[in-house]
Amino acid sequence: MPKNWLKGVNSAYDTIIIGSGLGGMTAGNLLAKLGHRVLILEHHYNFGGLATWFKRKGGHILDISLHGFPIGMIKTCRKYWSKEVADSIVRLKNIRFDNPQFSFGTTFDKEDFTQLMRDRFGVLRETVDDFFTTVRGMNFFDDLSMTTRDLFEKFFPGRNDIHRLLMEPITYANGSTLNDPAITYGIVFSNFMDKGVYTFKGGTDQLIKKMKKELKKNGVDVRNHCLVDKILIEDKVVKGVRVNGREIYSDAVLSNSNILSTINKLAGREHFSPGFLEEVSKVRLNDSSCQVYIGIRKGETIPNVGDLLFTSEEEEFTSEALLEPRTKSRTFSFYYPETRPGLNQYAIVSSTNARYSDWADLDETEYMRKKDELVKETLDCLEKYVPDVRSKIDHLEASTPTTFKRYTRHPGGVSFGTKFEGLKVSKDLPGQIAGLFHAGSVGIIMSGWLGAANYGVIVANEVDKFLRSVRKPEEKLEIVNV
Amino acid sequence: MTSEEVRKSILDIIADIAPDEDLSGIQDEVKLRDQFDLDSMDFLDIVMELRKRFNLEVPEADYPQLVTMSSCVEYLTPRLKDHQPVG
Ligand SMILES: Cc1cc2nc3c(=O)[nH]c(=O)nc-3n(C[C@H](O)[C@H](O)[C@H](O)COP(=O)(O)OP(=O)(O)OC[C@H]3O[C@@H](n4cnc5c(N)ncnc54)[C@H](O)[C@@H]3O)c2cc1C
Repeated sequence: MPKNWLKGVNSAYDTIIIGSGLGGMTAGNLLAKLGHRVLILEHHYNFGGLATWFKRKGGHILDISLHGFPIGMIKTCRKYWSKEVADSIVRLKNIRFDNPQFSFGTTFDKEDFTQLMRDRFGVLRETVDDFFTTVRGMNFFDDLSMTTRDLFEKFFPGRNDIHRLLMEPITYANGSTLNDPAITYGIVFSNFMDKGVYTFKGGTDQLIKKMKKELKKNGVDVRNHCLVDKILIEDKVVKGVRVNGREIYSDAVLSNSNILSTINKLAGREHFSPGFLEEVSKVRLNDSSCQVYIGIRKGETIPNVGDLLFTSEEEEFTSEALLEPRTKSRTFSFYYPETRPGLNQYAIVSSTNARYSDWADLDETEYMRKKDELVKETLDCLEKYVPDVRSKIDHLEASTPTTFKRYTRHPGGVSFGTKFEGLKVSKDLPGQIAGLFHAGSVGIIMSGWLGAANYGVIVANEVDKFLRSVRKPEEKLEIVNV
Repeated sequence: MTSEEVRKSILDIIADIAPDEDLSGIQDEVKLRDQFDLDSMDFLDIVMELRKRFNLEVPEADYPQLVTMSSCVEYLTPRLKDHQPVG
């Protein structure tokens, strides 16, 4: 008999959460603290979704999405997790750019950007200030037809080098391009390129371990190896989910799965109005990623060449070039022994944005050949910064959009949810089906560790409101342990 | 609760949400955002705390009423008149 991953689960909960990404877990923790009974179902063996890691022979621990996040994560962790989680967040000191247009290190904050733009790029102080003020003041109600490209052209006409400085890190951070609405840029920029880039000391494994401890403390039932294949709906009201062949009931279901899978597969299109489905059909998925994981042999060292390195050999910046399978642009994250105190080991992870369609339909041989090519080109590039690095490596591995799809079940292996229009669909979901909610990477601005976690909180507020409207907190559902 | 008790309850909530802030010199007529490091997530927390502590729902359209301490007190006092102070 296969192991029963649902052993001891209750027959009903106040809320069932599908997926343990940062959006799902943060919502679950908050709802439990607000007094609701919560079940989190995750299909993978690890919790954390894209906030994940893996271990390999030779003592290597490799992080997937721990490259950097904005300062706001400290406050979010302290408020919705614990002081212990928040206290492990530290600033990355050395962020570097290296491309044919410019090469320098930056502390990645407003003061430094202002100075760089004046001294290196010769922009007037007033223009820089004006740009920062405009970007900071942007909000939802602004004109959506203005793209980030229009915004940059307005302030820095014809200055492709400045566009690169301002856009490249954001493209890596959330997959957005010069063609996306300027307000998505504005909101993300104000979070990200303002007070530095931060990381989690101890690595993603420690973060998730601490979060799991907190979930347990607050009484959340968390299960891995549990794949939800259906959200149960009757007469436009949520009833629960079907998971590993069993039905479990709840008043609310919060899906941390991709918004399109939630609607099209888990719920089923037959439950939604034609007008809503029309909106759904317009939602574009965001792009995916390729990564190369490089483990340095125990005992070897590498010099400090920065924490985060945005490198490119492209003469000029275009959003499209970043997506090409043989792109000449990538970011390197360097993990020095300080990342995981006590482990005394180095690792390097290279990330590029990628299109699912470039990888999905290859036969096995061609797929392996392209993966090898990716690894080789990545090492050729890395050697410019870390001479002779090949001789120090004892683990090498690559992932592609199909890898991301397999682990997260996101359509197209998306790294960053959907384009902007996905957010409205996500928010309108409960209006279609009572008790059905979605939280997780969506609409560009709700992406990344901070975006996903905060969106989890925003949606948990709606779930709490809903649960209290259907039943007073003191009236507990009849439950049996099975 | 009297308006003075309502004011005290709001102060308690803000102190929980923003433990690093010194609230002793709070000016009731000045926007909370301009005096303290409060962002839109913090205001959402205030709404959630009001629901948790007093079972009071503040509709999204009324969020602007929470902009200063005095507007909070004015908005909340009639809605919390039958409540005992908690927390
Ligand atoms: C290569 C890469 C690098 C990144 N780097 C950074 C970075 O440096 N900084 C940053 O802030 N962000 C980064 N991000 C983005 C960030 O990791 C994500 O935006 C964020 O973690 C997404 O959280 P989420 O809540 O949307 O859920 P996800 O992490 O997408 O998790 C969803 C979870 O739901 C589960 N699930 C889905 N369907 C089902 C089902 N039917 N049943 C059960 N479980 C299901 C999945 O297995 C998964 O665990 C990166 C992303 C990638 C891919």
